[in-house]
Amino acid sequence: MKFMDEYRDARAAKKYAVLIARLVTKPWTLMEVCGGQTHAIVRYGVDELLPEGITLLHGPGCPVCVTPVELIDKAVQISRRNDVIFTSFGDMLRVPGTQGDLLSSKAAGGDVRMVYSPLDALKIAQENPQKQVVFFAVGFETTAPANAMAVYQAKKQNIQNFSILVSHVLVPPAIEAILSLRGNRVQGFLAAGHVCAVVGYTEYEPLATKYQVPFVVTGFEPLDILQGIYLTVKQLEEGRAEVENQYARCVRREGNLPALQIVRDVFAIVPRKWRGIGEISQSGLGLREEYAEFDAEKRFDLADFTVEESSACISGQVLQGMKKPYECPAFGTICTPEHPLGATMVSTEGACAAYYRYRRPAGVKKSPVTLDLERSP
Amino acid sequence: MNTLQAAESLPGISQSPGADFALSCPIPISDYPNVLLAHGSGGKLMHHLLEKLMLPAFSNPLLETRHDGAVFPIADTKLAFTTDSYVVHPLFFPGGNIGTLAVNGTVNDLAMCGARPLFLSAGFILEEGLPMETLWQVIQSMQQTARAAGVQIVTGDTKVVDRGKGDGIFINTAGVGVVEHSLTIAPTRVRPGDAILLNGDIGRHGMAIMAAREGLAFESEIESDCAPLSAAVLALLDAGIEIHCLRDLTRGGLASGLVEIATSAGLCIHIEENSIPVMEDVRGACEILGLDPLYVANEGRFVAFVPADHAERACSIMGASIIGTVLDDPTPLVTMRSAIGANRIVDMLSGEQLPRIC
Repeated sequence: MKFMDEYRDARAAKKYAVLIARLVTKPWTLMEVCGGQTHAIVRYGVDELLPEGITLLHGPGCPVCVTPVELIDKAVQISRRNDVIFTSFGDMLRVPGTQGDLLSSKAAGGDVRMVYSPLDALKIAQENPQKQVVFFAVGFETTAPANAMAVYQAKKQNIQNFSILVSHVLVPPAIEAILSLRGNRVQGFLAAGHVCAVVGYTEYEPLATKYQVPFVVTGFEPLDILQGIYLTVKQLEEGRAEVENQYARCVRREGNLPALQIVRDVFAIVPRKWRGIGEISQSGLGLREEYAEFDAEKRFDLADFTVEESSACISGQVLQGMKKPYECPAFGTICTPEHPLGATMVSTEGACAAYYRYRRPAGVKKSPVTLDLERSP
Repeated sequence: MNTLQAAESLPGISQSPGADFALSCPIPISDYPNVLLAHGSGGKLMHHLLEKLMLPAFSNPLLETRHDGAVFPIADTKLAFTTDSYVVHPLFFPGGNIGTLAVNGTVNDLAMCGARPLFLSAGFILEEGLPMETLWQVIQSMQQTARAAGVQIVTGDTKVVDRGKGDGIFINTAGVGVVEHSLTIAPTRVRPGDAILLNGDIGRHGMAIMAAREGLAFESEIESDCAPLSAAVLALLDAGIEIHCLRDLTRGGLASGLVEIATSAGLCIHIEENSIPVMEDVRGACEILGLDPLYVANEGRFVAFVPADHAERACSIMGASIIGTVLDDPTPLVTMRSAIGANRIVDMLSGEQLPRIC
């Protein structure tokens, strides 16, 4: 497929692997922030091509993983109401709260529908004026513009039976939280290309200076990731800490200005709780006062409550790059995609699920087929 | 407390083999108090249902082979017998409709047993209010598809349910075929060194249905690959190809089919991502939705496991390509060399693939 296969070419990948291996003089620990990148790394086996000294840690950039369990419980509560059509992106449907997931709610009679865009949810609201239509507005800066547009359109067209359950989170505050952790291991970041396509990368520039870590805005195909790693390692080896853009075919420094404008019009920056991590100040988006009527939490008058997560789950440490999924004793034993203890095992982009799906379960030996990696390109 | 413990604590309820099945349902009720759609997706949850409920309840040697159909002798003849139900929405989609699926699906299950399909039954569950014209179109398609596949529909049944209790039309078909060779075609016959042959590009049916169901408009229309496979299988048998195993790649796609075979055979299967054909439009649609074509359903694709020295001839007979090989390794896994030349495992999914957020 054009514009895709070029970035999955085995020969070019091998060439980059060799270039990275030649560059490395000491061990480096990098973090890819986005769950989509984690997924691509394990799906294509990008990490298998890297020299031993390079460790990849998987960051908190999976929207499904970091949505607080309380919010999933609220979603399930709303979806059980007879007067509600609850709409959501596909991969939120299987995330378990304490009272089951949205698919179970559907099986129990709730009208739960998968949509591909919040504007589809708005259309459902127009077609079902006797019902309350709620959209589960989760995600990072990537989904925020479309969600903002749905609310903006709802207000403009006076669609009163539409509301959103919001749990938007922002990447840069989470990265700063990781960098300021005592015992942080991350020495360089592959910044999420899709997030930067919306917001640009100026926010990383002060972080790079303050914490002296390189950031490379990186795409999602195997070669993008290899090139992102190459550029990050090069900076580390040369003692630089700058923001570079590997994903220039999609990302501009200032981002997508009309998209940012609609996000600013509809949402305000608020503190947000991250599943497994806790509350991070100024790390999320909430509806502005003038759009408060579209806030499902207010419309259905849901009280705040806190839920204790399984103590066996280390997803918080995985999301902050302190542990690898297989370092968890529950991984693949009591915690599997069928019986997840935490959200990193549920979402296909979650680090634990990605390792479970594409990597050998503990105790199973490695495939006899090995990669023939020459030392010269 | 799980239900087994609950049953043990009740006086008078035996836990011996053959004890009343209904009293000791072995699926932990706390996990799935209700049937989910994922229980019908061909993934792990469906296998749990089979392993925990169906197989123990109906326990017999023919069922335990877990093939697409049962093969058994009657007098001097070896017969194959299978059944399948069809609940597709929408009823009509590019490349076929529920009627063509109902005929080809059961014909293909018989073909995967190495049988020549002969007779089908057709059971209809119709929803009150269904336009007669719709029913007529489906029946005509079934007639034409049956003729093309060389089978006759010889018995049937019709029931009508209240409006809202069905989805237009549900169809069940059962099929009988005759096995005219002495080979045993089953996962247990798979041997190290076997070549794995695939008869075409994957993912068309699932994406055609998804596009039609969700109203997704792509630049070109993706058509289902729905087709009878019996002619290809019979041609292999006629040419004396020593078939070890056959599997049609319906729900759960190529990945689930191969994982099932690796598990039953107790051998490691290795495939090459770059050798698996996927049509450009299907790849594009999968990329947009974040789906993996390895898990997308097909209705006219199958894999054949044959000895390596039969592979080339078999490929030219069935218009297939070699996508992998069976390793001399008793690890029951599927591994794949990815497009960039690294290895990973290919696992079965729990339930349906769900489109990703971003």
